[in-house]
Amino acid sequence: MNDAFDIRGESHIEVHKFRGGAIIVATLLALVIQAALPVHFSKAAILDLPLLVTIYFGLSRRNPSTGLLLGMVIGLLQDSLSGPRVPLGLYGIAKTIIGYLASSIGARLDTEHPAARFALTAAFFVAHQGLMVLTRRILLAQQESWFNVHLFVAALVNAFVAVFLFLLLDRLRRN
Amino acid sequence: MVAIPSRHKSLVLLAGVIVLQVLMLAVQIKRDSEGRLIRVWTVGAVSPFERAGSSGFGWFRTTWRHYFALQNTTKENEQIRRENDALKLQISQLQGKAAEADRLAVLLNFRQSHAGVPMIAARVIGTGTASLTIQLDRGERDGIRKDMGVITPDGVVGKVVESYPNASQVLLLTDKESGVGAMLADSRTQSPVGGQGEPLLVMKYVPNDDTVNLGERVITSGMDRIFPRDLPVGTVAEIKSGNPFKQIRIKPAANLERLEEVLVLLSLRPLEMKNEENTGDAQPHAPGAANPPQAARR
Repeated sequence: MNDAFDIRGESHIEVHKFRGGAIIVATLLALVIQAALPVHFSKAAILDLPLLVTIYFGLSRRNPSTGLLLGMVIGLLQDSLSGPRVPLGLYGIAKTIIGYLASSIGARLDTEHPAARFALTAAFFVAHQGLMVLTRRILLAQQESWFNVHLFVAALVNAFVAVFLFLLLDRLRRN
Repeated sequence: MVAIPSRHKSLVLLAGVIVLQVLMLAVQIKRDSEGRLIRVWTVGAVSPFERAGSSGFGWFRTTWRHYFALQNTTKENEQIRRENDALKLQISQLQGKAAEADRLAVLLNFRQSHAGVPMIAARVIGTGTASLTIQLDRGERDGIRKDMGVITPDGVVGKVVESYPNASQVLLLTDKESGVGAMLADSRTQSPVGGQGEPLLVMKYVPNDDTVNLGERVITSGMDRIFPRDLPVGTVAEIKSGNPFKQIRIKPAANLERLEEVLVLLSLRPLEMKNEENTGDAQPHAPGAANPPQAARR
């Protein structure tokens, strides 16, 4: 249902609440699937499920403070699980900013339509990778390329998966 | 005290959180600290779920490959088809178990043929995201320590970069920061082999004058003090002239993109890979490695 605008033209962006523990369970599941799935399906490594969960809850909760804190927690957990070669804060910084942006945009736009979700997820995925490269280059003095075809494909794949994943996560909303 | 407008509070929080994480990054770089406590907690909390997830996906994959992909071929009547489907499902599960048993048998044979080298079998339960790492279902309690070598019967896989109580993380040979002391099997020319973040490895420091053949085997030299001599590393896949060294790319011997079970070498001291006829001479050096916990052995 699209509740973004009423007939007077005033915006009524709905703030969605979720069932108890839904955010924790979804986050944990995303981290576990992200780690375990590529063991059996190597192509699945292209997905960034923790990022999709960050974007979804950011867009739905529409509270920048909550969005950025959730992004930070998910990012730091992902850093912790990525081995000691990944410093704590690499994913943390990127996902903090994405969580903030997603919830800020979610508070201004209707983000319920699948096309909007596809476009926003693709944009956030590219921004997330950009932030990672920026952190690596500036803070860690590592040489990383800004853009490649793999990134473009990964953005599209993640955006496509996000459309269906977000519909699934919509079921966790409290009516 | 200056009051912050409510609309700016989230921006201030964002700035604070980012600065905090940048400082955390800076501390890690300066002190070479790795935030071990946070990692231990996180891995300890998540690895049981990873184990369950890995088993679940394994079952799903086996079922998908051996059952759903084949079921279009059945044209019998409904009763026979139901029975047939049930039997196929059973077969697919048995095939999965048989395939796993075959893989474990290969690991066991390898272990038995290198009885002098203390090693332990471990299952891959997860992968890293940014770096080329895998997570194993065994850790410190099984005798696994940082910098131990990880292999399969096919060849070298990588080395342990972090060990937690019940899990450990392995940096694959293909990672940019990974490397192994190696040599060409025919000419015995020694040179380190390292990763580039790509499927192929690179052999550095082989002079242009040395003869190298495509398809030539590359084996461990034992000079890195992690892997014993003569373990397969890979085969020469590309050779180009460079300045002053050849640019040699190596196809890894182990299938690093599809690892399910591996062997961890339970020693931090140089080892010699003994053949069956002289295993009696093998003397593991590390005390902990010589007597790994019995429960840890598969």
